[in-house]
Amino acid sequence: MDTPRTIHRNWKEYQKEIADDHFYYARSCIRQNFFPGSETAYLNILRNDLSLDVYDDPKHTTCTGIGYHTDIVPLETTMTVIARQFALMTEAGYENFLPSCVTSFGLYVEILDMWEHFPELEEKARENLYKATKREFNKPKNLVHTSDLIFHYREKIAENAKYSFVDVKTGQPLKGVEHIGCHYAKIFPSKGIGGSEFPYVLAGMIESWGGTVVDYPERRHCCGFGFRNYLVMANRGYSVANSKKKFESMAPYKPNFIVGNCPGCAMFLDRWQYTIGEMEHKTYGPNGRGIPVLTYEEMTGLVLGYSPWDLGLQMHQVPVEPLLDKMGIPYNAEEKYLGINGKNLGKPQLPQNCVL
Amino acid sequence: MKWGYTISQPRAINLDTNDYRLSNWVLNNEPSLLRCFGCGSCTATCTAGNLTSFNFRKLHHALRLGEYTRIKEEVSKCMLCGKCRLVCPRGVNTRNVVVSIQKAIKEYEAIL
Repeated sequence: MDTPRTIHRNWKEYQKEIADDHFYYARSCIRQNFFPGSETAYLNILRNDLSLDVYDDPKHTTCTGIGYHTDIVPLETTMTVIARQFALMTEAGYENFLPSCVTSFGLYVEILDMWEHFPELEEKARENLYKATKREFNKPKNLVHTSDLIFHYREKIAENAKYSFVDVKTGQPLKGVEHIGCHYAKIFPSKGIGGSEFPYVLAGMIESWGGTVVDYPERRHCCGFGFRNYLVMANRGYSVANSKKKFESMAPYKPNFIVGNCPGCAMFLDRWQYTIGEMEHKTYGPNGRGIPVLTYEEMTGLVLGYSPWDLGLQMHQVPVEPLLDKMGIPYNAEEKYLGINGKNLGKPQLPQNCVL
Repeated sequence: MKWGYTISQPRAINLDTNDYRLSNWVLNNEPSLLRCFGCGSCTATCTAGNLTSFNFRKLHHALRLGEYTRIKEEVSKCMLCGKCRLVCPRGVNTRNVVVSIQKAIKEYEAIL
């Protein structure tokens, strides 16, 4: 039986050190393609709202995570590419690495762990990098996922919040489903806030900003991306089945929104609702609609009063207007599909067999 | 729309949503089946099991979980020789279990 002392010790093991300032930012391949407003909003929040120093480097590349997890990119190549990212960080004069993608975060942690246990691999990566680019690098002193940093400053954000996760009509807290990417803490539990069993990174944000978190049976189940499960078209039925399992499990709790910290998860939990709607005429939200899905950057932006359309919420498959109405966030429906310069972006085709 | 894939059906067994009318009918008809402790003697001595994939223990397990997929096909492989009944240490009337399942399948065809 756990005594208070062991509980305290266990919880301490689930904490991680998060630096306060000066970060080298590494973008996500998926995030900037499918939720293009998120990363811009994130940088604006860090720089303008939290007054932090973040370096957004145009020279960095993919971490190779997607290729690595589909067995396309060899481990040695991955290590060299990651060594190059660290070299760019070192050249820019930073020591804290801030990857935007959970897959990248997991991969950086994994490679650093490999180098710790097998120093000869690190030597080889250094040699390969030098031969290819004449670059050298220092390993980051602090490696945190971008959601960790928002979690770190969640109370400060709450102090400056313009809106909260409270239904403006009823005064009741809104119910949020938090979905943590598998590679955030399932591979290295000690590297995530709350570990793999009790990840608190998103739940902490929702609770600090007035909402409640839904604890449903399939809360820790994978979204189904699984890399090769999606990338090979014939396997996608397995991928979507995982998300469906989660939707069926969470639907009875009537959540108002879903939030994810992994670019892939947010995309699939959003897009698969359309797929399931079209294939099986089934939706999981109220009035035959879907459950809005947010990235944590968008969630933070909404709380801080950013315009929903500047955050890129028009790029979501499931419309987010029902959530905006509940939070009391004003928006102009006619401006939804207008670009920054007022140019019409065009409207997406409507689903045929579901409302969404 | 051509998707190129369909949504895979889960292989998880959901004990809350499965329909137990067929298995309850069999258990009422042959209560000795409740004594089974799954030793597998029936399967080890099965004549049909030597020639086909028939497996009484698997059949019983699926029946009790309310998983009826392929049960109709499987139960038709039994030759009703009764050797399983001779070796059963719990005295289960295994032959009547098979006959009861065959009757229950006709009774509850709609839920299969």
